[in-house]
Amino acid sequence: MSPGPAAAIGLEVHCQLTGLKSKLFCPCRADYRGMAPNTNVCPVCVGLPGTLPRPNRRAVEKALQVAAALGCSTPPRLAFFRKCYFYPDLPKNFQITQLDAYGPSSAGSGGRVRSAGREVGVRRVQLEEDPGRLVYEGGRMSRGALADYNRAGVPLVEIVTEPDFAEPGEARRFLAMLAGLLRSLGSDPSLEGALRADGNVSVGGGSRVEVKNVASFHDLEKALRYEITRQRSMAARGIPVAPETRHWDEARRVTAPSRGKEEDMDYRYHPEGDIPQIEVGRDELAALAAAMPEAPPAKRERYESAAGVSPQVAEVLSSDAYCSALFDEASAGADPGDAREMANLITTDLMGLVDTAEKRKASKLTAPRIAELARAVRSGAVTRASARGALREMVRAGGGLAGTAAGRGGAVAGEEEVARAVESVMRDEPGAAAAARADPKAVNYIVGRVMAATGGRADPGTAVRLVREGLARGA
Amino acid sequence: MAAPGGTLEKMVEEVRSGAATCEERALAAVEKTRERDGRLRAYISLNERAVEEARAVDARVRAGEDLACPGLTVSVKDNICVAGMPATCASRMLEGYEPPYDATAVERLRAGGAVFTGKTNMDEFAMGLTTEFSAYGPSRNPWDADRVPGGSSGGSAVSVSAGMCDASLGSDTGGSVRNPASFCGLVGYKPTYGLVSRYGLISYSNSIEQIGPLARTVRDAAFVLDIMAGRDPRDATTVGRGPGSMLDGIEGGVAGARVGIIRQMMAGGGAPQEAAGRAASALERLGASCEEVSLGSAEHAVAAYYTITSAEAGSNLARYDGIRYGHCGIPQEGYEFHAYVSKARGRFGPEATRRLILGGFVPSAGHAGRYLLKALGVRRRLAAEIGALLERVDVLLSPTVPVLPFRIGEKIDDPVVLFTMDFNTVAANLSGRPAVSVPFGTSGGLPVGVQLMGREMGDADLLRAARALEGAAGPPAAPPGAPP
Repeated sequence: MSPGPAAAIGLEVHCQLTGLKSKLFCPCRADYRGMAPNTNVCPVCVGLPGTLPRPNRRAVEKALQVAAALGCSTPPRLAFFRKCYFYPDLPKNFQITQLDAYGPSSAGSGGRVRSAGREVGVRRVQLEEDPGRLVYEGGRMSRGALADYNRAGVPLVEIVTEPDFAEPGEARRFLAMLAGLLRSLGSDPSLEGALRADGNVSVGGGSRVEVKNVASFHDLEKALRYEITRQRSMAARGIPVAPETRHWDEARRVTAPSRGKEEDMDYRYHPEGDIPQIEVGRDELAALAAAMPEAPPAKRERYESAAGVSPQVAEVLSSDAYCSALFDEASAGADPGDAREMANLITTDLMGLVDTAEKRKASKLTAPRIAELARAVRSGAVTRASARGALREMVRAGGGLAGTAAGRGGAVAGEEEVARAVESVMRDEPGAAAAARADPKAVNYIVGRVMAATGGRADPGTAVRLVREGLARGA
Repeated sequence: MAAPGGTLEKMVEEVRSGAATCEERALAAVEKTRERDGRLRAYISLNERAVEEARAVDARVRAGEDLACPGLTVSVKDNICVAGMPATCASRMLEGYEPPYDATAVERLRAGGAVFTGKTNMDEFAMGLTTEFSAYGPSRNPWDADRVPGGSSGGSAVSVSAGMCDASLGSDTGGSVRNPASFCGLVGYKPTYGLVSRYGLISYSNSIEQIGPLARTVRDAAFVLDIMAGRDPRDATTVGRGPGSMLDGIEGGVAGARVGIIRQMMAGGGAPQEAAGRAASALERLGASCEEVSLGSAEHAVAAYYTITSAEAGSNLARYDGIRYGHCGIPQEGYEFHAYVSKARGRFGPEATRRLILGGFVPSAGHAGRYLLKALGVRRRLAAEIGALLERVDVLLSPTVPVLPFRIGEKIDDPVVLFTMDFNTVAANLSGRPAVSVPFGTSGGLPVGVQLMGREMGDADLLRAARALEGAAGPPAAPPGAPP
């Protein structure tokens, strides 16, 4: 990233509550995926004349839980408003959403949550209906669009953060945390379109630019990165940055100004009279919070304070439901030092080994095995380097440490065994030894070969020392 | 004096006992419609299957089903959905649209054995009070065919008044049931907001409108209301109703009741104000005590009413873009979407267009504070003021409409004059209170209506007072050509 004035990044995230049975205002299904176009519809969600919205109480509860997990406060009464604009994916030509302009009445506002090593402000959490989808046959230049209302009315939680992120990577880590939160509430944020994020960026306190049309978190990070560079280089040349909405062009990997004048839109918000205000009792709120599966922010807090896991590791671990469940089981009643080792093994080694849902399903690794391995590493019986290989075998074949190469090879390789390995590597690869004498950085290559030759059982410190000594002798 | 009420209850009893059939009743309605409607134009569309449906109800009766209203012939305003019949809202925008479902009110009457005669004429999207703003042309008042029947549920009033059906479902946003009831010599009832489900009522101003019955007598209106009323899971704004029937205790009279005569609504001294004065005296003779009361916010009510209803209409009518249903406006050649929508919305008539323009303005950024928010404030104040008055008195009395039925075409060109016709009726809508128009004599051969407004959820009490007033009015007058 080019140097320059500090960037301030905010996020506007839309999360579908895919775990619910029905849409926000009618009994149609909340998960429309895989259905033929316009088959998950009823008079209410296509806005037929005379129909009325019937609020889904479960959706309200989920939104309140999201708000609570993000440290937001919830007002005693929730209200809905109509946001008016004409668009063919919107069956009523208005969207039922929430608004705090006349006093707080959204599911949550004014939240603070720890993410990416900093306090992030959550401006609001609101519940609204998803519009339908438009399909452009033959791309954007097609003469018309096809409308599919299967998605219309799906419960959507909008989360708007303050511009509290300094780096695109922090924004991405926040989204990962959010994904974990939604998963803990029974939704599946990995479904296509279930978690959508727009960003906004300003540098050096300048104008705010919205970045939209981003397909994935990965792209969001790239788009934000591009936008920061663009604004910094404009600032460096004294060109003012205009407050505007820009779309991410995936093919060209740039942001480009949007053609529409979205910032000039007047949404003519007014109260949604068809939905009476929803009373939220303090007792009910407390019960919802208590009934909530432990959300990532709370989990991370527990990992840090109870087990003394480092903030970075705790964040990664708590954002991943599979890994945190494994950790919770393995570390139950464990010594804090062992627990820390388990957390390290899971986040640095295991996550790379099981990086897809299929691999996780197929994995034969159990919590007691990872606990056993962590204890062996801490006692010095197994090195960190050979632990990785052991994990791989445990994932593939199951079984305990004794069944793995690291386990069979017993404890850490003795100094003589390491010395033999150093000799044999330098003999077999004289070019590498010569290179290492010329450039100290090339020493690592030989150390790597030595580690491989000992099946990862060499202590890395010992290996480095012996390689250096060997090089000095051979010179 | 013999009670004029109870005709529908008696009729239903006859059908239950086998002394009459639904089929005969439906045939009579069809016959009367054939005879009168060519001139009066109460209906936009007729139910061609009415007689067939009546026969099916007869079969249910014979099979021993205990039905609430077998053989009741009911017309339905064209903004209330009846499955398989058109619902045009008297607009070219909804030309050809047939809803696939029954409104809850319709569903409940259908379950009770009612037969629907047809869909009645109205001002486009219920915006108006003369039925002249209809894409299908005006309806005519059975008392004098050169005069308006009132509106916006004008066709509903005409259909009942001329004997083409037993009762009608109208909708009342600012007086649209009470106004035509008053102009056509009928009882028109606007329930407490939330008492009758709005599911299937095509929204104009959803936070204040209600479906209400138009009928010849208070008991008839209560009978129909009783079948429709009550909580509906499909309308989140509905409220539970009390136990028992609306007809229980309806003959209880007004002895000891306190009546407040709203001073601001008695100005002018014309026939309607005179009738309201006589109505107050009649109630006193029945043992009620009357006093004059002041409703200060009334002078701002009409302005607040038009501001709020226009804002809500702006979003409620936004869905009519010709893409999903109704008139298909999708052009052959590519159109930019907003240009297309503007063109499609050219099918709205003049009054709807006027209110949509207003509705786009009053809630807009920079203007909401001066218009919509202020209007919502007036509404809150008015509701509080009416609430306070109804602590002192049991019922509020006024003329229903400040004037007598006027000639077709006479006032349509001046929207501001038309707006003042709503002065006495909008307060009940803005405050959610129930109100009823009861015929109270005639003036120069034209009917006059008196309005009573009651407490929130005090519908049964209001109906009791209305029944007493009706009894004091003497035998009901009928328009020429109507059944006795």
